[in-house]
Amino acid sequence: MDSSQFFGISSIAYILAMVAYIAYLVFRNSTLGIIATTITSVGFISQTIAFFIRGKEFYDIGQMGIMRAIPLTNLYESLIFFVWCLILSYLIIEWKYKNRSFGAFITPIAGMALAFIDISGMDKNIHPLIPALQSNWLLAHVTLSFIAYATFAISFATSIMYLAVTTGNKKSGAYIFWTVTLGIFISILVTMGIDFLTFKVVARTSEAFIKSYLFKATFRSASGLIVLFSYAASAVFVYLVWRYGYVLKKLIESFSISPDLLDDLTYKNIAIGFPIFTLGGLIFGAIWADQAWGKYWSWDPKETWSLITWFVYAFYLHARFLRGWRGHKIAIVAVIGFVSTLFTYLGVNLLLSGLHSYGGG
Amino acid sequence: MSNKKENQGIVDRVWSFFSSITLAVVVFSVISLTSIVGTIIEQGADPERNIKLLSKFFGDASPTVFRILDSLGFTNMFHSWWFIALLFVFAANLIICSLDRLPRIWNIVKEPIKPLSIDLLNTMPIKREMVLKGKIDNAKGVIESALNRIGFKANVHLQDNGLQIYAERGRYSRLGVYVTHFSIILILIGAVAGIFFGFNASLNLLEGTTSAVAYMRNGKEIPLGFEIGCNDFEVSFYENSDTPKSYKSWLTILENGRPVKINGKEVTEIDVNSPLRYKGITFYQSSYGFSPTKDSLFKFSVTSNDGKKQDVQLKFGESFNIPGTNIMGKVADFSPALGIDEAGRMFTYAEMMNNPAVLVEFTENGKPKYNQWILKRYPQTWRVPDGMVEFKDLWGAQYTGLQVRKDPGVWIVYLGSLVMAVGLYAAFFMSHRRIWVTLKDEKGSTKVTIAASVNKNKAAFEQKIEKLLGGLHG
Ligand code: HEM
Repeated sequence: MDSSQFFGISSIAYILAMVAYIAYLVFRNSTLGIIATTITSVGFISQTIAFFIRGKEFYDIGQMGIMRAIPLTNLYESLIFFVWCLILSYLIIEWKYKNRSFGAFITPIAGMALAFIDISGMDKNIHPLIPALQSNWLLAHVTLSFIAYATFAISFATSIMYLAVTTGNKKSGAYIFWTVTLGIFISILVTMGIDFLTFKVVARTSEAFIKSYLFKATFRSASGLIVLFSYAASAVFVYLVWRYGYVLKKLIESFSISPDLLDDLTYKNIAIGFPIFTLGGLIFGAIWADQAWGKYWSWDPKETWSLITWFVYAFYLHARFLRGWRGHKIAIVAVIGFVSTLFTYLGVNLLLSGLHSYGGG
Repeated sequence: MSNKKENQGIVDRVWSFFSSITLAVVVFSVISLTSIVGTIIEQGADPERNIKLLSKFFGDASPTVFRILDSLGFTNMFHSWWFIALLFVFAANLIICSLDRLPRIWNIVKEPIKPLSIDLLNTMPIKREMVLKGKIDNAKGVIESALNRIGFKANVHLQDNGLQIYAERGRYSRLGVYVTHFSIILILIGAVAGIFFGFNASLNLLEGTTSAVAYMRNGKEIPLGFEIGCNDFEVSFYENSDTPKSYKSWLTILENGRPVKINGKEVTEIDVNSPLRYKGITFYQSSYGFSPTKDSLFKFSVTSNDGKKQDVQLKFGESFNIPGTNIMGKVADFSPALGIDEAGRMFTYAEMMNNPAVLVEFTENGKPKYNQWILKRYPQTWRVPDGMVEFKDLWGAQYTGLQVRKDPGVWIVYLGSLVMAVGLYAAFFMSHRRIWVTLKDEKGSTKVTIAASVNKNKAAFEQKIEKLLGGLHG
């Protein structure tokens, strides 16, 4: 069997797990809960196996040693690795907090992402590495950054959920903030999905994809009409999220997830993500830049945005512990942290130029 | 007298200004926001580019806006005086804030755990009680070994009507935050040292040439104190593709015109992720280029059909002989990147030596015999009717682009990074856990009272204690 079959098994498993988690929440039957966890674990194991097989395929082609064989070089692999981190974090949370409610939120994201990667016709081929990318530091940098991104993504989800359950008044700043942010976030995800389906992306690297395809089917389309329509559709969507945001509140409440748990999870994920991001994102990135370009820090946009993200999370930690910020205020900082993270990953390549395009080949 | 008092007032005020967390939060925000501007305005770029960018937002006013931003230093923001000043405020804030709190933390850290009175124990956040069968001595042994199992080394204090066992872990982890802060200072010191005592330059070296200087961005020459020469440069490609696999230069260091051995070798091979270091100066492979001269040499290895082999090198237009025959070959044409289009026509598809090829005209006793394109990357093209002509290289036509750097601060930066990793680990993944177990005789059984405290992640510690208690029953 090759890696794609194992990936297939895991995407089916995650979708089935979603059904099981929802059934579990509806019927409150512990056997269903155990089934849901088992299916998720099977999916996770299968994905792990697939990852190793792909590593082996990569190793056979690259012939550059075990350390260079970790498949994390293009968008396809990055997304799959991201899903893997997400499920791993979820399983840890389920085990630690003895709470399965989040499963119904996380597994559909994972399953849909994998299924989507499959049907979008994204380039799955294994490409050999150009010289600047042949570095163990880079590998450690990318891997750890993605793990940190996954924890930040979870803290984003939990802080949005926190804001959703604790706000009700449509006119309040916090309510407007979370609904608009979520609305924009989902619009961006959907438009990215449209790009994938439209272009059947053949770009090798995420960099190249972002530069040449991202939003080209919508916001950056050649046709002015489509651009106009895209913006209008997103605006309407954001409005709808704002109008019907209370549904999410009802949903979360019906799953009996408490605000305190959400707040605690937000903090825990940042507390794990922050040191990993510092080490992997900033320090290892700097060491790699030092080895490859002879400069550990050059204030290029990608580096600067990583630093900004780092400052936002440092802000979160200090405001929380030393200024005693709680509730809406601190949740909003956590949301801004992830927006900054996303911009570091996507926005910089899309909107700003920089040295990192050197890695794009 | 009064003068001194006033001075103290100022010192105190400056101190409390710099030790405030509010300042830290403000500085975090200001650095972040200005940095955002610094990533939007292209740094150190042609004014035209930024004016074009600005015109998207400001229209006709963009040249004015640009002039304002330029005079405020936003076009080279990360080196502007006010951004550097901001970093200094950040550093001062960090140092003074840490110094301000350190004594208190240090008092806790240097004091090992002590036995406590009942009153104090009652104030602890974690409390449990249970009764164990058997005498105190028995219970003592059980509890000591249980504590040992979870990594605590037990101390025993005798008190009236029983005893107290107490233990702690991770006392020094309380310093983690300060170690983290200190590491940031170290990194900043390293960066400043690099700026003041180092340089960042570049150098293009044609194969076969040497240089005693490198060049700054503004064209200024930086003497190296020795000479560096490029013996050869090679790009290699993945099979059947133009994806580069490696860029390699072979460099030699010369002192007073004589080659110096580095790691026992006169010629050092460098590639993108492995530079050459000599006397504090580091040479990185950063780019390359193609600029042939009439002195560039074609290098061949020629073998006749009966196995006689000879290495030859010649300039464009010169001839060589296939050993043991009367056949002569002459380089008549060259392409750095020979491609073939759909119609079978040959063309040059790149300016670089992606797929170097030579057209060799063969003659026998001066009479034309045949011509053949010989491609460096394709051995099947080396075979000619009268032997093998391996095209090894066109030498002296490519230059290697080196990044030349001296940074005496980089080790401080690396040390700071290491310290930061340690500090963050202690700050986030370790905690100071203390536990006191009081044993009292109660009608032949032993009453066990547990009190514990931890400076963070209380839930995890409680779980651990539950586990410990569970173990005691069994
Ligand atoms: C970006 C730079 C900084 C980083 C990465 C950083 C990192 C940290 C971390 C990881 C903690 C521990 C938080 C926790 O327990 O969750 C902390 C606490 C703290 N930070 Fe910072 N910090 C930075 C800048 C500053 C600055 C500029 C100040 C100066 C006011 C400061 C003052 C403090 C204080 C007073 C504490 C609490 C110490 C304690 O608990 O005793 N930090 N910092």
